[in-house]
Amino acid sequence: MIKFLLGKLAWLIPTFLGITIVAFGFVRVLPGDPVLLMAGERGITPERYEQLMAQFGFDRPIWQQYLEFIGRLFQGDFGNSLVTKKPVLTEFLTLFPATVELGLCAIVIATLIGIPVGVLAAIKRGSWFDQATMTTALVGYSMPIFWWGLLLIILFSGILQWTPVSGRISLLYYFPNATGFMLFDSLMSGEKGAFRSAVSHLILPSVVLATIPLAVIARQTRSAMLEVLGEDYVRTARAKGLSRARVVGIHALRNAMIPVITTIGLQVGVLLAGAILTETIFSWPGIGKWMVDSISRRDYPVVQGGLLLIAGIVMIVNLLVDLMYGFINPRIRHS
Amino acid sequence: MTFKSTLLATSALVMMLAGAAQAKTLVYCSEGSPEGFDPAPYTSGTTFDATSRPVFNRLVEFEKGTTNIIPGLAESWEVSADGLEYTFKLRPGVKFHTTEFFAPTRDMNADDVIFSFMRQGDANHPWNQYVAGVSYEYYNSMEMSTLIKEIVKVDDLTVKFVLTRPEAPFMANLGMDFASIVSKEYADKLEAEGRKEDLNNLPVGTGPFKFVAYQKDAVIRYAANDDYWGERPKIDTLVFAITTDPAVRVQKLKAGECHVMPYPAPADIEGLKADANITVMEQAGLNVAYLAYNATMAPFDNPKVRKALNMAINKQAIIDAVYQGSGQLAKNPIPPTMWSYNDAVVDDAYDPAAAKAMLDEAGVKDLSMKVWAMPVQRPYMPNARRTAELIQEDFSKIGVNVEIVSYEWGEYLKKSTEMNRDGAVILGWTGDNGDPDNFMGVLLSCAAAGEGGANRAHWCNEEFSALLTQAKATSDQAERTKLYEQAQVIFKDQAPWATLGHSTVFMPMSTKVQGYVMSPLGSHQFDNVDIVE
Repeated sequence: MIKFLLGKLAWLIPTFLGITIVAFGFVRVLPGDPVLLMAGERGITPERYEQLMAQFGFDRPIWQQYLEFIGRLFQGDFGNSLVTKKPVLTEFLTLFPATVELGLCAIVIATLIGIPVGVLAAIKRGSWFDQATMTTALVGYSMPIFWWGLLLIILFSGILQWTPVSGRISLLYYFPNATGFMLFDSLMSGEKGAFRSAVSHLILPSVVLATIPLAVIARQTRSAMLEVLGEDYVRTARAKGLSRARVVGIHALRNAMIPVITTIGLQVGVLLAGAILTETIFSWPGIGKWMVDSISRRDYPVVQGGLLLIAGIVMIVNLLVDLMYGFINPRIRHS
Repeated sequence: MTFKSTLLATSALVMMLAGAAQAKTLVYCSEGSPEGFDPAPYTSGTTFDATSRPVFNRLVEFEKGTTNIIPGLAESWEVSADGLEYTFKLRPGVKFHTTEFFAPTRDMNADDVIFSFMRQGDANHPWNQYVAGVSYEYYNSMEMSTLIKEIVKVDDLTVKFVLTRPEAPFMANLGMDFASIVSKEYADKLEAEGRKEDLNNLPVGTGPFKFVAYQKDAVIRYAANDDYWGERPKIDTLVFAITTDPAVRVQKLKAGECHVMPYPAPADIEGLKADANITVMEQAGLNVAYLAYNATMAPFDNPKVRKALNMAINKQAIIDAVYQGSGQLAKNPIPPTMWSYNDAVVDDAYDPAAAKAMLDEAGVKDLSMKVWAMPVQRPYMPNARRTAELIQEDFSKIGVNVEIVSYEWGEYLKKSTEMNRDGAVILGWTGDNGDPDNFMGVLLSCAAAGEGGANRAHWCNEEFSALLTQAKATSDQAERTKLYEQAQVIFKDQAPWATLGHSTVFMPMSTKVQGYVMSPLGSHQFDNVDIVE
């Protein structure tokens, strides 16, 4: 197990270095730069342009800028935003809890619905339920998030008025953000109705963000279950006279879970990508919206630092999934 | 807890709730996050709406709903006969905000005024680089660095600005957001505590609202300033709910989650107007969209060719198809709401046959040209690509072949200023301070015609520029009006641009909101607004 862990950790270093190059290069490959965008229609004289580029340190050779970026990174310094002038790490940490809260709710919804639906569809293979859910999953998987989010807002917030349109909590509530997680903060605030308000604000964005992972998890569970249900040991278990629930619930599901857990782990990347659109629609103050704004302003330090932090988190989650995979599947652990 | 303390707590709660019921809160669904809370380093209206307009004041202000200059923190002023010295008498007894993070010990005075300007203009000022990489783009682009020779403190309540040259738009510049007056006492306190950067995080001003808190990318809260030197705001709390998507802003307004929203999508306006609970205010924007030829390149260096092309453009079709009813035809380089607008100017009539004849007369045959279309939507131009396509179609009718080109926005802005630019460029302008020089001087003078300048036509007409210089040197508005009117005649005759349109600005709000006045400068202010339930 330790060898397995070390092997995985050894891969992290080159991967991380690769990501620093991508993160650093990506925003610089895009045409345009922060100074031009700041000057706008007014234009900027070549002298003033040079002066500002020098002030930001963008006039130096690109490799020099990269090395400096890496050097500061090792000291935990991700640089300062060109726009807000605040440290990138501080901004990230302020906004990240909102994204985590949304992402966790989405993955819980996707898992709690996706796995039972996938199992049922596999057991009742070929039935109307199987066909209906798998068709719905295909539709869900192909759903354009922006359109879907707006549609739900118009229906549930506009016409039915069941949920609020956007934001994290009603503006009536005003309390300090102790943890950055609105569900906790609202509970801790002791204000009546605050928690309820926070939950009602979470529903629509979580559902929108959960849509694609839900479809993927349901389909993956179904196919994994189908594979396992055809295995000899399941047939043996049945032949032993075990109850159907026991066969499906313990013998089949546990083994089917191995690829499903990998799938759930891989959804973290999907969730972060989906968060960009979901946060934009629902005015959710998370890192997705932050990144989009920074890219459009060519705020180099935020884009490179933000990408790196996000990539680092995805890597850590994938590592944890790998470890969990090894834990669940003895064949990997012992190989 | 004893019975007595329970009783006290309960009665306090009841009083608080009663107070809360009476307190008036206005929620504004703003379109984006402020970049910071110090107005000086920034140039975007979104930032100014959240900083300089609610929190700060300037020496002079723009009268609500107009671009007229009225006294602000300066009660009165005198201009010397040579136009080089502006002496301001400051308003006595003006208090900076008392907040959780600062309590002023003195009233606003000349030191604050000098500090507010010098930190931007003097590169060696200890506050010039109070956070690394800060720059003062408005101060620079309004040429304040070369214009202001010195600022003298005559006494505590008198400040004298000495200029290097007479400059009539100077007063309008002082009403702009970058010229907001910040507290020197607060700055000193921040410096002593080693947290200078908080000048950009926790603002202290003299304005109608006090800054309370900002939750990044989500909510900004302000409280009415009870000590305001002007009329205290009618609302008690002002909240900005940051909502970037225009369709979502509309839904929030309809659901009652906010009272006012800016920048609705053109497609939503009809629906909003039909809603009985919503009022849609509208006003001609202080902007212009144009097609600028490169007047240094043949055959566009010939005014006749430019004029002929202008006559070939069916501008009404652009207004109908692109602005979808939310715009009006432009004939002058300044919008009709601006003083000195010359309504006597006759626009080039749409006449393809005459245009073709004029091109033939100029000896131009089989002309092929490029038309540049911006990749982004701007307040003055909803869809440049569609506009370029319409122009392409119009020009093909007179035998001119058009290729439409576009670049990424930053590149577009840069490349369009290059002297050897190939093609005519679609672009526009939104006014900063309501002064005609802010349009004609910035966009069409010889000084701006070089590389990097905003004169995208690279058009340098000595006579035109001389009129602008003359107009800047006098502070008599009647005389300036005459000069600008003359300049507009030359502009139309020489046709460096095809003036395309001025867009209309819409402001939907709940019918409960009363007293809102739209600013021709496009800023959003709530100090005179009331909410009637």
